[in-house]
Amino acid sequence: MDNILQLKNINKIYGNGEFQTQVLFDINLDIIRGSFNSIIGQSGSGKSTLLNIIGTLDKPTSGELYINGVRTDSMKKTELADLRNNTMGFIFQFHYLLPEFTAYENILIPYYMKNNKPSKEVIERANELIDLVGLSSVKNNLATKMSGGQQQRTAIARALINNPSIILADEPTGNLDSDTTEKIYTLLREVNEKFKTTFIIITHDRRIAEKADRNIEIKDGKINIDIFR
Amino acid sequence: MLLPFKIALRFLKSSKGQTILITFGIAIGVSVQLFIGLLIQGLQTSLVDKTVGSSSHITVSSVSEDKYITEYESLLAEIKETEGTTYVSASLDNTSVLVKNQDNEDVITSEYVLIRGLSLEEANGIYKLSNSLVQGNMPIQNTNQVIIGKEFSELNDKSIGEEIKVFLPLLNKKKTLVVSGIFDLKVSSLNETWIITDLQSSQTIFETPGKITSIEIQVDDVFNSPNITVSIEEILGNNTNLIATDWQTQNESLLSGLNGQTISSLMIQIFVIISVVLSIASVLIISVIQKQKQIGILKAMGIKDSMASTIFLTQGFLLGLMGAILGILLGISLIVLFTTFALNPDGTPLIPMQLNPGFIVLSALIAIIASTLASLIPAAKSSKLDPIEVIRNG
Ligand SMILES: Nc1ncnc2c1ncn2[C@@H]1O[C@H](COP(=O)(O)OP(=O)(O)OP(=O)(O)O)[C@@H](O)[C@H]1O
Ligand SMILES: [Mg+2]
Repeated sequence: MDNILQLKNINKIYGNGEFQTQVLFDINLDIIRGSFNSIIGQSGSGKSTLLNIIGTLDKPTSGELYINGVRTDSMKKTELADLRNNTMGFIFQFHYLLPEFTAYENILIPYYMKNNKPSKEVIERANELIDLVGLSSVKNNLATKMSGGQQQRTAIARALINNPSIILADEPTGNLDSDTTEKIYTLLREVNEKFKTTFIIITHDRRIAEKADRNIEIKDGKINIDIFR
Repeated sequence: MLLPFKIALRFLKSSKGQTILITFGIAIGVSVQLFIGLLIQGLQTSLVDKTVGSSSHITVSSVSEDKYITEYESLLAEIKETEGTTYVSASLDNTSVLVKNQDNEDVITSEYVLIRGLSLEEANGIYKLSNSLVQGNMPIQNTNQVIIGKEFSELNDKSIGEEIKVFLPLLNKKKTLVVSGIFDLKVSSLNETWIITDLQSSQTIFETPGKITSIEIQVDDVFNSPNITVSIEEILGNNTNLIATDWQTQNESLLSGLNGQTISSLMIQIFVIISVVLSIASVLIISVIQKQKQIGILKAMGIKDSMASTIFLTQGFLLGLMGAILGILLGISLIVLFTTFALNPDGTPLIPMQLNPGFIVLSALIAIIASTLASLIPAAKSSKLDPIEVIRNG
């Protein structure tokens, strides 16, 4: 099986001395390339902590993380930054666009981290993504001049611009209405099929979770249920 | 990489009020620094110019018994060759006593005058004689023509074409001189006691052909005179009777005054720059906190720490650049206003100021470098920021 991600005995302990709390316990997890995965679980169970460790934004207290077969938990900060820029896209609940830039500019920012001038191809790609997420009419609006759903769709296009192999999303529709939520998930599924991008999505929404290839339930920092559909 | 530059520019644009305020802050700092610096420079230049602008900077004289310098032609030529000298003038000075006509009889008075025989062409460079001539003409070579000072002419009621009789104690003779012009050197003691003629006339009158009493020298940079004096002393070398005197050794109190002024002006300038640096640093530190979220998300997307800090260094640099340009414009306007409206009764500026381009460029560079340095703290802060803090706390 072609695994894009491998987690081996991941533990996460917050705090030090007397006030230590262990949030993740010996997590072992393989993620198949091109799959669409959902993570569910109660609030405080450790979902975001796990996703942030997978995204190399946080470090596990112990354990090993392999991305594309390469061990990452011992990499330097700049190597990790490069890795994130090249292979990962992030979608967060709070859209985190740069409010000083337009939708179009926001989408290109991950690309500008490695290139000075946008190539013809990337401009085409940006416009394609804008069409895909349905933002053509507002692409030159400042991030602050868009609705929540539009901002989230901008964040999705931005996460895709560098053609990442993994997209990590933490409650991407958490504060959107159910219609918009539906549309965004259909969109993510489309992207997954079109670009063969691996998705790991944290969600509270059982309906959404049921549409995924695999449901992983976290309970008290452990994998409780792991179902392939 | 252009991204940090783009983001910096956009950050500055998006908080226009802050940007304008801080730019003006820097600009005012730069203009004050410029104004004070150039004011003190102008003040000092005009002071030094008034003190030694129209006099000898280095004077070669003889300590021999008769005070004469002979065979001076080669000395003159060599000193002229010396780097830094601009005018080299030979002079033969003699003190004489005025003779006045009382009841149709010549009476030797006790009023002394200094008859200065000057190599007029070179001396003109030092004393600006032809410019200070208020009436008449320069003396014609090898005649008994002289020019006299304004005060002398008034006190003794002498005008152009009239004769002056003097008694020469050394020769025990009386001589008659003819006034060809009246000068005003703006120093009343000189105007009262100097009678100027050309060197040859003087040598004839005093019967000392081939002799002079001093060589007067002006140099291009008055503050470099000690070094030039050393070169001249080397030329005098084997002639132990000759000494070279530097204007600086005779004006020590003036120089130490100037020095004190320079230091205090420098201190003011340094404090102005420090206050500029502190204000930029504080504004940018606040800006890092304001933009925490943006920096965090950029880092999550894979911006390198160095690029993240470049954003703030660039902001510091841009603020410094804009502040410096605006500050120079303000400073120059201030100086132009000051030199046009703060005037002496005669219409000349109270303090003549030169828009010294070197100093202006230096101020601008210092402001830009200081602003960039001031952004080091926010840059370091932004480099250290951990994206997980932002992601976790929304
Ligand atoms: N920096 C921290 N220091 C100490 N404890 C922390 C820290 N961050 C998170 N925790 C704890 O770790 C546990 C897991 O947090 P996490 O954010 O991963 O939960 P979650 O499953 O994402 O919850 P939610 O559904 O509410 O987002 C929580 O009990 C939380 O209090
Ligand atoms: Mg969470």
